[in-house]
Amino acid sequence: MSEPVLATQNLVKSFGALKATDDVSIDLRLGEIHAVIGPNGAGKSTLISQISGGLRPDAGRVFLDGRDVSHLGTEARARAGLGRTFQISALCMEDSVLENAVLGAMGAEGAAWRFWRAALKTGALVERAEEALERVGLADERETRCANLSHGQRRQLEVAVALTLAPKAFVMDEPMAGLGAGGSKRLTGFLDGLREQAPILLVEHDMDAVFALADRISVLVYGKVIATGTTDEIRASREVREAYLGEDA
Amino acid sequence: MRLDERYINAVMIAGLLALPLYALAVDEPFTITLVTRAVILALAAVGLNIILGIGGMVSFGHAAFFGLGGYAMGILAYHAQTYTALDLGFISFEGTKSMPLIWLVAMVVSAIAALFIGVLSLRTSGVYFIMITLAFGQMFYYFAISWAQYGGEDGLSIYIRNDFPGLNTLEPIQFFGICFVILCAVLLLKARLQASPFGLALNAARQSAARVQTVGMSPMRLRLLAFVLSGAITGLAGALYADLNRFVSPAMFSWQLSGELIVLIIIGGVGRLMGPVIGACIFVALEHFLGGLTEFWHIYLGLILLGIVLFGRGGLLGYLTGKEGAHV
Ligand SMILES: Nc1ncnc2c1ncn2[C@@H]1O[C@H](COP(=O)(O)OP(=O)(O)OP(=O)(O)O)[C@@H](O)[C@H]1O
Ligand SMILES: [Mg+2]
Repeated sequence: MSEPVLATQNLVKSFGALKATDDVSIDLRLGEIHAVIGPNGAGKSTLISQISGGLRPDAGRVFLDGRDVSHLGTEARARAGLGRTFQISALCMEDSVLENAVLGAMGAEGAAWRFWRAALKTGALVERAEEALERVGLADERETRCANLSHGQRRQLEVAVALTLAPKAFVMDEPMAGLGAGGSKRLTGFLDGLREQAPILLVEHDMDAVFALADRISVLVYGKVIATGTTDEIRASREVREAYLGEDA
Repeated sequence: MRLDERYINAVMIAGLLALPLYALAVDEPFTITLVTRAVILALAAVGLNIILGIGGMVSFGHAAFFGLGGYAMGILAYHAQTYTALDLGFISFEGTKSMPLIWLVAMVVSAIAALFIGVLSLRTSGVYFIMITLAFGQMFYYFAISWAQYGGEDGLSIYIRNDFPGLNTLEPIQFFGICFVILCAVLLLKARLQASPFGLALNAARQSAARVQTVGMSPMRLRLLAFVLSGAITGLAGALYADLNRFVSPAMFSWQLSGELIVLIIIGGVGRLMGPVIGACIFVALEHFLGGLTEFWHIYLGLILLGIVLFGRGGLLGYLTGKEGAHV
């Protein structure tokens, strides 16, 4: 087995007396979708934030492509190849769909320090952005202001912006949240193919999607990983059923 | 009313050029001076609007750069007209009366000050940012008041306007021409900047800093560069303003001036190319026509401001174009 693309080592994070992340070591390997599931408040988003650099862990380290990125900020980790999507869409609401995607393309091409030529007239940036929009099915909405998008379309745009980065690893926080059955299904199909491009660490509540997509699943409860395994192993695990899946599985 | 913004912009520029030419024809030099004043204030506000309109940073201390530009002009010209040495430690020279040189110094000094103020204040946002920039502005104000060598509270007078190669700057219309060309150039720069990748990123950082970071860019650095550019442009305006009046005093550093710059942007339309220009014209017109009638003409300015804030946040341009889309 090759070295993991992304790995955390003994991450710990407390908010006061609350241990939101308790000694978490997980990894993400080439070509896989590794799902992280757990009840509300289990610490999934907190874990994602520590991986992407928004939150400093109290202890532990994060590795990207074998390199220790623990000391790097969010920007540097993104440049190092981390493509993150937010649980609650963080988009530029006044901007058009295309502008949001072009912003991603600029990040990927290191083009922020250009001052004269219009961003939307820079072929390389626009092509990269449009390709990503095409892939998530937003090509027809390129001129739409982000604020006028439906909730589902915003979720798609989140994914599209991550795509423009052509990252080494995707880290997605509940991309299906609020999508509805049809949207969920479409995105599931899309993510299924995406793992070939780069592996995905997928936080998700939608169990149908998780069991359809995941190569491996980690179960997070009260900040602790109580089990990691294949979908079958997780489904069969008693501990997991008791702690979490109980009513679902 | 729904007018094309480009059409309004063109009319504004044409009007700004036509009025002084008309005044020249009918021999009313004071009108030319008045329009020149509006053009220079507009320039200062266009500088501020780079951070306010695109970046969403409400600097309440931009008079610092306006004043620095003014004093850069005052000090250089003072030494030149008194034939005294300006000793900077590493070099010593007798000032200069050359406008391009003065502008360069004004912009560099303002940019350095903006870098310094920006590094210290951009870690904050919202009200804290407003307060800390205000504090820096006041710091310069009190420093200027106590700087006896350059007139202290009384300021510095310059006997004759500085020189520009090939022009007679004492002719109001020629000095107007200089200021007008600079304003147009800076408006072009602002328009290009706003549409450029840098402008897109700066605008995005205002809306969602997390988004900008997630695609690998630093909102802090984007804002800092914008702040420096903004300071340099407002500094240039300060040098021109001092040259227009042939006088510079601590009033150029006053918080009222910082506030007026913000107010005239809001009146014209935040984030719009010509917002500061329209705002400056209205400001100067009110000051001239009402200022003669009552000392309290600022009240009318306040009423206009109130109306705009209450009835549409896009400023006058927002009203005329039917597109509000403003942000502060
Ligand atoms: N900045 C913070 N300060 C204090 N407590 C926090 C902070 N962020 C998260 N928490 C707490 O940490 C715990 C984990 O939160 P987190 O958002 O990571 O959960 P989650 O697994 O993502 O939940 P959800 O499924 O609802 O998204 C929760 O109890 C939450 O209240
Ligand atoms: Mg969460």
